[in-house]
Amino acid sequence: MPKLIRAKEPFRFYTRLHLSELTGLRVTNLSQLLKAIKEVPGSCIYHHTHRFLQQHQYLSPEPPNDFAFWVSDVLGEDELGEKLASIDTIQFATIRSLREKIAATIEEYLRGNALAKLKFARQGEELHFIKSISFVLPTNYVVYDLKEFRDTVKNITIDSIYFHIFEARLRLEKKDNDFSYWISTSLGNKELADEISKLDPYTYTLESLRQVLIRIIDKRLQD
Amino acid sequence: MANIEDYIPIVGQPIIDDLKLLADRLQGKVIQHINSTAVGGGVAEILHRMVPLLRELGVDTRWDLIKGGEYFFEVTKKFHNALHGRQADITQRDFDIFMETSKKNIDEVNIYGDIIFVHDPQPIALIKKKKDNKWIWRCHIDVSEPNQKVWGFLKNFIVQYNASVFSAPSFSQKLPIRQFLISPSIDPLSDKNRELPQDVIDSVLKKYNIHTDKPIITQISRFDRLKDPLGVIEAYSQVKRYIDCQLILVGGTAADDPEGMSVLEEVKEKAASDPDIHILLLPHSDIEVNALQRVSTVMIQKSLKEGFGLTVAEALWKAKPIVASNVGGIPLQIKHKYSGLLCHSVEGAAFAIKQLLNSPQYAKKLGENGKEHIKNNFLLTRHIRDYMLLFLSLSHSEDLVYL
Repeated sequence: MPKLIRAKEPFRFYTRLHLSELTGLRVTNLSQLLKAIKEVPGSCIYHHTHRFLQQHQYLSPEPPNDFAFWVSDVLGEDELGEKLASIDTIQFATIRSLREKIAATIEEYLRGNALAKLKFARQGEELHFIKSISFVLPTNYVVYDLKEFRDTVKNITIDSIYFHIFEARLRLEKKDNDFSYWISTSLGNKELADEISKLDPYTYTLESLRQVLIRIIDKRLQD
Repeated sequence: MANIEDYIPIVGQPIIDDLKLLADRLQGKVIQHINSTAVGGGVAEILHRMVPLLRELGVDTRWDLIKGGEYFFEVTKKFHNALHGRQADITQRDFDIFMETSKKNIDEVNIYGDIIFVHDPQPIALIKKKKDNKWIWRCHIDVSEPNQKVWGFLKNFIVQYNASVFSAPSFSQKLPIRQFLISPSIDPLSDKNRELPQDVIDSVLKKYNIHTDKPIITQISRFDRLKDPLGVIEAYSQVKRYIDCQLILVGGTAADDPEGMSVLEEVKEKAASDPDIHILLLPHSDIEVNALQRVSTVMIQKSLKEGFGLTVAEALWKAKPIVASNVGGIPLQIKHKYSGLLCHSVEGAAFAIKQLLNSPQYAKKLGENGKEHIKNNFLLTRHIRDYMLLFLSLSHSEDLVYL
């Protein structure tokens, strides 16, 4: 095994725990959905595009966002559901731009499918808008080299991995995920950092994402 | 009683580490829970487990009860039914009885917490004692379509709280205070949910003279019309025409539920002539309930309304295939055709039960998926975490909080 590089700055793992806040806002058709998507707080858009990742870790593939699921499952608009499900979330650097893409997708669909506006959810099947309140706190896990990093990734909570991969990039509007940033800047291993950056984390369950990270790092440790 | 470290083999060390990090940030705060009964029903059950664990984590948590007589609990049961959207003849006299008892409790209950956590409508009027502490109202009831007369009455109190908590998104109402979504939970180490040795299960079967030679369909619920026990018997009868099976209806009664005995009599009458229907009144026999769930082929929860439906989580934790109504918090626990089957009617329930009895591999897969879903989202450790986050949120209004 090659000599381990000690980081210039250690990596402290944070965890992010979320609490769901109800807004009292519910929608029953596509026009209402579109209006709400344009107006609700960013933390609502974040919640409805990321909730599945955490709550349904064992189901894969899953609809990656609540909007896609509701449009297909409740309104029966499968084509729009598919378009919303296939929005490439990783391509968007901010919640604002993700919100605009979702809204534009619905608008475009409604232009070509005016009758879709007439479909209503049955009572009890409305979409309820929820906000994610995120609490970010440092854990006691601090690492100085790649081996320590790998060992901690093995054992840290899913919430911590989630924070550093998803939330840091999109919600905190950092350009890259935290892992890649540290590996590149503090360990100087740009190749490994790029390899992690290129993953599309939205296509894995969180547990399988953990396993992929470990595998990639293990390979580098053996090189 | 289990210690917090006992949960590590189930949820992992890092989850417990996170709980300790949160608990550190609540040092010096006194949390005071208040409800109406120490035994029976989901609220008391959760508090019995949660309070000692929060204390062990270092959060000074206490639990007090209000007092109420027979008339008061009859009125609050009427409120309960009305909030669930059932027809209820609520009179001014009912509100007067509620306020008379509430006034006594306002005089007698000692409020000492920094955060007062009030459960359900019975103690709601204690908010009159609010000073500079924070008050949370926790609604465990399905209020998606509440009787407006009762909701309007309660709303006068609710709006004085700092925050409210509901169990499902559809229960959310237009309110001027913050509303949080926190699902209840089950304790994997409680007598109701822990693994049981086979000889214990066998002894329970022997005690109630239940044989496992026919598939067993079971509903565990209080004898309450909203749990639709008569509908369960009807669904079973429809299944029985095609598959020789047996039905177990297991229920207890709660101290604040005066209606239970009359419903039990109706159920006995409907089941009278069928020896394959077992009606068991098991108040607080958690190990026996656990054993009966474990021997069941299919679990059913055919509620007409449901605050959350913890019995669904209990069944799924035991990897049991389940048929349940698409009401209240149940769809949060069951994703149709992935972790159970949802139904909307007696006929739908009967059809789903037949499917599961005839396709054991499919039933097994649903149960396994269900267990994983409960592990990730509905265990006590997640619930404790959410409550600590809730307490912390009372001092933060932003959406992204750095602690």
